[in-house]
Amino acid sequence: MTSELDIFVGNTTLIDEEVYRLWLDGYSVSDAVALRVRAGILEQTGATAAVLQSDTMDHYRTFHMLERLLHAPPKLLHQLVFQIPPSRQALLIERYYAFDEAFVREVLGKKLSKGTKKDLDDISAKTGITLKSCRRQFDNFKRVFKVVEEMRGSLADNIQQHFLFSDRLARDYAAIVFFANNRFETAKKKLQYLSFGDFAFCAELMIQNWTLGAVGEAPSKPDSQVDDMDMDLDKEFLQDLKELKVLVADKDLLDLHKSLVCTALRGKLGVFSEMEANFKNLSRGLVNVAAKLTHNKDVRDLFVDLVEKFVEPCRSDHWPLGDVRLFLNQYSVTVHSLDGFRHQALWDRYMDTLRGCLLRLYHD
Amino acid sequence: MPGKLKVKIVAGRHLPVMDRASDLTDAFVEVKFGNTTFKTDVYLKSLNPQWNSEWFKFEVDDEDLQDEPLQITVLDHDTYSANDAIGKVYIDIDPLLYSEAATVISGWFPIYDTIHGIRGEINVVVKVDLFNDLNRFRQSSCGVKFFCTTSIPKCYRAVIIHGFVEELVVNEDPEYQWIDRIRTPRASNEARQRLISLMSGELQRKIGLKVLEMRGNAVVGYLQCFDLEGESGLVVRAIGTACTLDKLSSPAAFLPACNSPSKEMKELPFNEDPNPNTHSSGPSTPLKNQTYSFSPSKSYSRQSSSSDTDLSLTPKTGMGSGSAGKEGGPFKALLRQQTQSALEQREFPFFTLTAFPPGFLVHVGGVVSARSVKLLDRIHNPDEPETRDAWWAEIRQEIKSHAKALGCHAVVGYSESTSICEEVCILSASGTAAVLNPRFLQDGTVEGCLEQRIEENLPAGCGFCHIPYDELNMPFPAHLTYCYNCRKQKVPDVLFTTIDLPTDATVVGKGCLIQARLCRLKKKAQAEANATAISNLLPFMEYEVHTQLMNKLKLKGMNALFGLRIQITVGENMLMGLASATAVYLAALPMPGGIQIAGKTPSDGSYEQHISHMQKKISDTIAKNKELYEINPPEISEEIIGSPIPEPKQRSRLLRSQSESSDEVTELDLSHGKKDAFVLEIDDTDAMEDVHSLLTDVPPPSGFYSCNTEIMPGINNWTSEIQMFTSVRVIRLSSLNLTNQALNKNFNDLCENLLKSLYFKLRSMIPCCLCHVNFTVSLPEDELIQVTVTAVAITFDKNQALQTTKTHIEKSLQRASTDNEELLQFPLELCSDSLPSHPFPPAKEHLESARSNSGIPAAQRDRCSSWIELIKLKAQTIRRGSIKTTVTVEKASPMGEGNFRNRSAPPCANSTVGVVKMTPLSFIPGAKITKYLGIINMFFIRETTSLREEGGVSGFLHAFIAEVFAMVRAHVAALGGNAVVSYIMKQCVFMENPNKNQAQCLINVSGDAVIFVRESELEVISTQQPTANCQQSCAGGEVTT
Repeated sequence: MTSELDIFVGNTTLIDEEVYRLWLDGYSVSDAVALRVRAGILEQTGATAAVLQSDTMDHYRTFHMLERLLHAPPKLLHQLVFQIPPSRQALLIERYYAFDEAFVREVLGKKLSKGTKKDLDDISAKTGITLKSCRRQFDNFKRVFKVVEEMRGSLADNIQQHFLFSDRLARDYAAIVFFANNRFETAKKKLQYLSFGDFAFCAELMIQNWTLGAVGEAPSKPDSQVDDMDMDLDKEFLQDLKELKVLVADKDLLDLHKSLVCTALRGKLGVFSEMEANFKNLSRGLVNVAAKLTHNKDVRDLFVDLVEKFVEPCRSDHWPLGDVRLFLNQYSVTVHSLDGFRHQALWDRYMDTLRGCLLRLYHD
Repeated sequence: MPGKLKVKIVAGRHLPVMDRASDLTDAFVEVKFGNTTFKTDVYLKSLNPQWNSEWFKFEVDDEDLQDEPLQITVLDHDTYSANDAIGKVYIDIDPLLYSEAATVISGWFPIYDTIHGIRGEINVVVKVDLFNDLNRFRQSSCGVKFFCTTSIPKCYRAVIIHGFVEELVVNEDPEYQWIDRIRTPRASNEARQRLISLMSGELQRKIGLKVLEMRGNAVVGYLQCFDLEGESGLVVRAIGTACTLDKLSSPAAFLPACNSPSKEMKELPFNEDPNPNTHSSGPSTPLKNQTYSFSPSKSYSRQSSSSDTDLSLTPKTGMGSGSAGKEGGPFKALLRQQTQSALEQREFPFFTLTAFPPGFLVHVGGVVSARSVKLLDRIHNPDEPETRDAWWAEIRQEIKSHAKALGCHAVVGYSESTSICEEVCILSASGTAAVLNPRFLQDGTVEGCLEQRIEENLPAGCGFCHIPYDELNMPFPAHLTYCYNCRKQKVPDVLFTTIDLPTDATVVGKGCLIQARLCRLKKKAQAEANATAISNLLPFMEYEVHTQLMNKLKLKGMNALFGLRIQITVGENMLMGLASATAVYLAALPMPGGIQIAGKTPSDGSYEQHISHMQKKISDTIAKNKELYEINPPEISEEIIGSPIPEPKQRSRLLRSQSESSDEVTELDLSHGKKDAFVLEIDDTDAMEDVHSLLTDVPPPSGFYSCNTEIMPGINNWTSEIQMFTSVRVIRLSSLNLTNQALNKNFNDLCENLLKSLYFKLRSMIPCCLCHVNFTVSLPEDELIQVTVTAVAITFDKNQALQTTKTHIEKSLQRASTDNEELLQFPLELCSDSLPSHPFPPAKEHLESARSNSGIPAAQRDRCSSWIELIKLKAQTIRRGSIKTTVTVEKASPMGEGNFRNRSAPPCANSTVGVVKMTPLSFIPGAKITKYLGIINMFFIRETTSLREEGGVSGFLHAFIAEVFAMVRAHVAALGGNAVVSYIMKQCVFMENPNKNQAQCLINVSGDAVIFVRESELEVISTQQPTANCQQSCAGGEVTT
């Protein structure tokens, strides 16, 4: 006796969260059944293995049919075939687009191309995430990227509208898309200590302040044809950043800057002497990073540079985080007192974001 | 021109890509009704076309309006080659033809293609302007309401229940016409879908005419079936019960909220007021204010119908008035005469209803059934379907005579079915013989005095159990005792019926689903020989099914079956029998005896031991079941009842017969000769198997109950969560030397595993009950068995349910003890007993209380607003990707964006999909049905030539059934409804050919589209203007996403 056909169709589509997780994690039906057995479901429910097998198959079939709709979540809301309560729809979408920290760190900043897709085998082997799950996550990134790529307006809002994510997930995806578009290097060994959350935090700050969208918010010309996109950094701004070089190139200005900072921080900083000794190096580092951002390659290396030029020197001198914060605040505020420096607005736009990023990046 | 049909095509969405080059579609729509076709403009290059067409107007006869479906075809325009069809929508406009139902059909319909399934959706608006037509010779029957529900629909009152209506139409099956060889599968499927749609329209119209002739205005319990006879044709037949219904006026429709449908029934003012005019304040039907006087001379013969069966077949004799004279008292005789005169004129005093207004059902005799094996021959003239008519007439005659033999003049819970394999066809009919109260059969005003007498004479809750036949002149040997409830009348020891448990019946404990399953191998044979072989097997199958049912009933410790449905399916090389019923313990009937096992050879010691071991196991099971189903009947000492009437101990209520094509009728005595039915003799391995199989049925896991009737006896407090489902399984038998035993075991395992899977799947709903569990068996091929189950899982409040059962029992006990004060001690004992015996482990209870404490009532969970809705709102206001609109709006509003989101919350109903509930029951727990919108009767064919690519047979059928549900829901939503009640999947014919990578499936579903309002919302509404708000609020309340 063999079962040729075995189906269950409810008027309300049944979604088993546990099985959904196993399916998303890329397990085959038999693996999923084994895992469910191990979780003790047979003892809890008194079911037989055959029942479990049939149930798992059925859920997998449902998920497979839903997958097509999940690729365009608004379709899931408007389709008529599966009657699913809104809270369940939200769960389906949110879980489908959720990603593993280990996976996203591997592909963050990489071009979402066929070439990267070929490397998924290696990523799967390295992270222990099934290849199927890696593919889904990669395809999700790519799909979201494709949809919002040419779109105007806020990146996170666009993602949320077209994929119906929660705020949190939409922001994460905005970061992923932003990183993929600007191809920031994140894989270097010295960046390994950074989590996805760190990068996402920086991405949000950069999107808010350094992109065309950030300028576009100025209501000066609402009908302009300027692509006010959140994806690309503001090229004009990056060009202007060269002007900041004067802060380190002009020796008087640098000395004045240093003395003002030191005066203000004397007695307030545990690592005052180290700061004093390193001031010029650190300042040079930060300003040079800005000046270099005109070249695409240097933009990609932004995080490497920040870690090399600022985070690592401070860390080797064992600066506590509070001291770093005090220093950075004072360092950027003091520039306003430099009479010879004319690019105050530019400095603020650069430094406010950078300060936020550096503080986030500064940990072990 | 008595009608103008107006159609507007608004828009499409999610269309498939038809042009690979552009990834877009140039869609246009053809709207066809009868022979008239209109077209919309082509909407270029879009998957979401906005046609916004003019109103297409069709001027048509109302006859056509009833018969024809509106056919909408979506096509892709192609300049150079033929236009490609994307798919079709068939819309049955019947609901628009009577005043009380829907007024407009408007909504998104799935575009369906028989090869590709659903391909996008189309928004359509349909209206009908009917001109009043007073033509007396009309062929249409607009205005007659149809209900699938097998009880009086909730917001109506039955003035008169007229009785049986039937009709059948035949045609050639397009699939078997010569043209099928040269046309595409799609064309063939569509021809079939269209034909069946036409035929059901015609059938419904003809039945409507008969109803009008009987001066009724509605058909209740309408059951329409298809017989796919293959080469010999296609038969569409329907039966139903003609009624005159009166809509309850709005105040009555908003009665105080109540949870149990049984309560609801009682509150309807059926009994209090025999005068229909007091209820006539509601929207009136044209017939309503007439007086319904029935002159006996008026015959019900239907000259217009092509399928008359009453020509000469009916011997219009009285029903044994001699025996009536011997009946109990003068009252009974009076009653009998009254009813008789009302029923005598009817050719077939049959009723397809399974639940009745209180007082309608007086006595129940038992199950009557008849089967007949026929050889199909080609239907030569579709306009003269006499053969098929004669076949059914024959069977109905037989049923009628069986009922008469049981001293009954009516049959209730009546149904008909067929099973076809090649050219052999088994026709089956079954029902419950009963004595009815004539009040509902005739003009309601006359019977005032009789009504009172009934109330006096018939104690509630046991009257229907009392035997209708003459105890001195019994049609078969039976064991009678005095009723355990009133102790005045005689009752049988077991009762089998096809109806639902009457709402006033006194039941002890809870009920449960019982199934008898049986397979018999049969030699492959041709034509006449095959029919003979089947005819010879049938009696044995019926006998064994009956024995199994009886044994299982005893094993449960119960004494009555309700909703009994015996299905016999014929295949190439086997016959399958599947009987399902809901077992209960009726307080009025005697306590069932145990089961005794007797060995044939008592000499052997070890054998003896084995027997006693089995005996113990069985006794243990009975004890366990009694505990599980809370069967603690009050023990009444012998003196009170009086000694049982000395009669031979026989117990069969099932009267059946066989007839072959040769009209030979054989009677079978199912009463086990002179042996006691409860003694199982183990004389060979077969018997051993039987006993073993008795014990293999596993009870459902704790927290689950199941029944195949509407309501689970003993559970009253349903909560609002319902889940209707269909599950299909097909197994392939290993063809090597199959034996009957192996076959039985396979079949048994199939059914048991299926049930187990259901329990597992629905475990999150515990405590819950599977209601209306409907099994259908078919044998699509030699070695394939297909079982289809449709049921609904309903959650109930365990704690409250416990209380109500307690009070229920108390109540029944009080009733039982009115005669004898000594019995008053029992309620106390029972209460203390019933507490620890409830079947949920304490751990689960904790879990349950935790869940209920979390404070999310199921109803609210349904439409909990989540952030996803906020996003949708936003998506609505902000157009695609352009920030401009936002900027301007934001400038206009002084608040930030966060505020803006919250502030702009207009209901965006157009972008959401309303929730449509589906249930095989006639009610929705925790809700009130406020309006019936019309009958849903849909037929779909789906075919594939890429079976593997669609996920194999399971993937194919899963998708198809999901699509069928979706199409039903879409039609209901378009009618303005939010639920389908009395939903039934009447046919699911699945054929596969894996070698060719092909499969085909036909599905036929029906039900009643309704609007319901949650009882919690009811109060709010009733404070406002009820009529104006009811539709609005359910639309608003239930629209979630």
